[in-house]
Amino acid sequence: MAVITPSGTRESPEAPDKPPQPQRGRAKGSRRWIPYAFLLPALALELLIHFVPIVLGTAMSVLRVTQYQISHWWEAPFTGLGNFRIVLDLDGPTGRSLLQSFLVTLAFTAVVLSATWLMGMAAALALQRPFRGRGLLRTLFLVPYALPAYASVITWRFNFQRDNGMLNHLLGQAGLTDGNPFWLIGQNAFWAECVVAVWRMWPFAFLFLMAGMQAIPQDVYEASSIDGAGPWRQLRSITLPLLSPVNRVLVLVMFLHTFNDFSTPYVLFGAGAPPAGDLISVHIYESSFATWNFGLGSAMSVLLLLFLLLVSACYFALTRRTGHDKDQP
Amino acid sequence: MQRAIRTVALTTAAVLAGAGVTACGGGSTSSSGADTITYWATNQSASLDADKKILQPEIDKFTKQTGVKVELEVVPSADLLNRILAATTSGKGPDVLNIGNTWSASLQASGAFVAWDKTKLTEVGGASRFLPTALKSTGATGEDPMSLPLYTNAYELYYSKKLFEAAGITAPPKTWSEFVSVGRKLTKDTDGDGTTDQWGLGMQGASPSFAAHFAYILGTQQGAEVFDGRTPKFADAGMVDGIDQWLSWMGEDGIANPSDAEVADKTAMTRNFAAGKAGMILAQASTGLTLSQFGTAADDYGVAPVPAQDAPPAGGQDIGSFVGGINVAIFRNSGNPDGATQFVKFLTSAAEQVILNKVYGTLPSVTDAKDPAFETPALTVARATLADRSKPLPQITEEAQFETLVGSAMNAFAAQTATGDQPGKAAIRSEMDAANQKLEAGS
Repeated sequence: MAVITPSGTRESPEAPDKPPQPQRGRAKGSRRWIPYAFLLPALALELLIHFVPIVLGTAMSVLRVTQYQISHWWEAPFTGLGNFRIVLDLDGPTGRSLLQSFLVTLAFTAVVLSATWLMGMAAALALQRPFRGRGLLRTLFLVPYALPAYASVITWRFNFQRDNGMLNHLLGQAGLTDGNPFWLIGQNAFWAECVVAVWRMWPFAFLFLMAGMQAIPQDVYEASSIDGAGPWRQLRSITLPLLSPVNRVLVLVMFLHTFNDFSTPYVLFGAGAPPAGDLISVHIYESSFATWNFGLGSAMSVLLLLFLLLVSACYFALTRRTGHDKDQP
Repeated sequence: MQRAIRTVALTTAAVLAGAGVTACGGGSTSSSGADTITYWATNQSASLDADKKILQPEIDKFTKQTGVKVELEVVPSADLLNRILAATTSGKGPDVLNIGNTWSASLQASGAFVAWDKTKLTEVGGASRFLPTALKSTGATGEDPMSLPLYTNAYELYYSKKLFEAAGITAPPKTWSEFVSVGRKLTKDTDGDGTTDQWGLGMQGASPSFAAHFAYILGTQQGAEVFDGRTPKFADAGMVDGIDQWLSWMGEDGIANPSDAEVADKTAMTRNFAAGKAGMILAQASTGLTLSQFGTAADDYGVAPVPAQDAPPAGGQDIGSFVGGINVAIFRNSGNPDGATQFVKFLTSAAEQVILNKVYGTLPSVTDAKDPAFETPALTVARATLADRSKPLPQITEEAQFETLVGSAMNAFAAQTATGDQPGKAAIRSEMDAANQKLEAGS
């Protein structure tokens, strides 16, 4: 680095600058551990809460853990891929019902994800510009997300009951239904489950998208409206493209959350979910406890983990590539 | 490079945030301190709170006598089995707990419970103190009990005297065909709005254990053996006939409200009966307590034995119930085994047996607990059923899986029946075949 002095002559900075440098380097070296030290408690907890159970679950998936071993499962006989063979055997009842549950979960995720995103987006757009009562609406919209899962889902369960539920009462009053339909059993259970999941999840999409929209400078909208762009054009050409990094994370997080949703079906249907609403997380839980074979349940969990890992990796690879293309027009 | 790292990190973080892998920790530490024990009691009355109010004064009495503190938790009966399994796997559970007596052999296999050998039994007065029928459901045949009977119970038929009188029915049904015709007389539209609002029978269509109990009772009446040794026989003709009979009450016979296919807990069924929405229920002797909590006096309802088959099929056994009841067990990992044993001794003492069974409306499990309160109609019928018309559920390790597998399949059948499509015998058989296979693949 050379410095031009006020007199215009070049002075070499080497001599005065050099001595402090090694000092800085030493200081850096001796303090390099500090950030790691700060991270250590979080890392330890992360390992304890997430990695250890995953490793134990994976270990259990290659063992034949039944009631004879549940109190000392690590001594259960090794079966290698035996559990996986049973779980993936589509001719057997275990494999068939797992596949059925997987397909139901895919459909559930598709419905919930799209409805949640659309509602979150619509609400975020509606509340983008300041107006009287915006704060109140924002708070109101967040209520479903703030409520404890059990409390909110159990309320829905009461609403959906056939004889005493509010839904059938309202539909009957409005003359929309002929007789009292079932919502918690039969085919309607799928839609009941979707409604509750969307209701619980959309404030999250709303919150995320609203935060993303705050970061879009107002000038861009002003400039575009001077150029004659209407709200629809602004949405397509400004809001959505500028939100794409937010959307990329939001969609994945919501996908994983929805695919793994346990509390919604478990609280809504209780012990046995109807086939139409048999989501995979509850299916795994129920089938582990139904036959007391925790090795099979663990094998299903490992397959679920692998599937989600694969989807996430593909998703990142795909969105990174398209994001990269956009960066270089 | 940075991007690649970020991708890996993001993927890992995202999957970690999402994945739920069934996992359990090992370890074998005790759950309580030296002078404290934890007690899991199963829900026996209308609410968890009501149970706490019943048990807490007794526990205080025990603490006063022995100095051992007891932390009480009342567990909903639908969650009890899963909670016990989770506690067994993690090694962290209560010191003393209630179990459904039919699970005894299944839970015994885990080795997680203290065995009551001869020496240990002398601490509670010896095996001879306990009712022989009740003692049969305490573990695998030929092995030391893994639990001791606490409350003994049997299925019986409860009927509303008021609704019977209104329908001109003079005596409770003795056979299933009488049961169905009485049920049809009781099923009607009382307020003339075009929808049926009073039904012959109240059911718990969404409860696996309730359904499995009837698979056993009706199946046995129809000639089924649930297990041949340890091989499941869920798809045998008698079993399929029994399940079909159970479903027909809601389907073909039309004496039960299809909405009962949503009813998972006994409280809801009992409430419907108490409110006059159903004229009969098939329930265990302890139902009287819940009925009184709903304001139904003992004079308002009658109790009769569970009906029998009209013409018993070949090989059929006329039973009205299995030996029902709640047992008490000690967790092997208990940090205070002495305190736990003292507590079991207290619960099975003659005085406490009288107090607790009187409140719960169940039969004492020990011969020295006598009280005029046990001469109610419900308990007289229960005692007679247990003596002459009962058969304990097989005490083999696979029994609990029978309840969960067959029970949940029957809940799905009930749902199908409620939506107007009662499954035929062939469909029942194929689903029971699948349950056989699942059990065999699992064990």
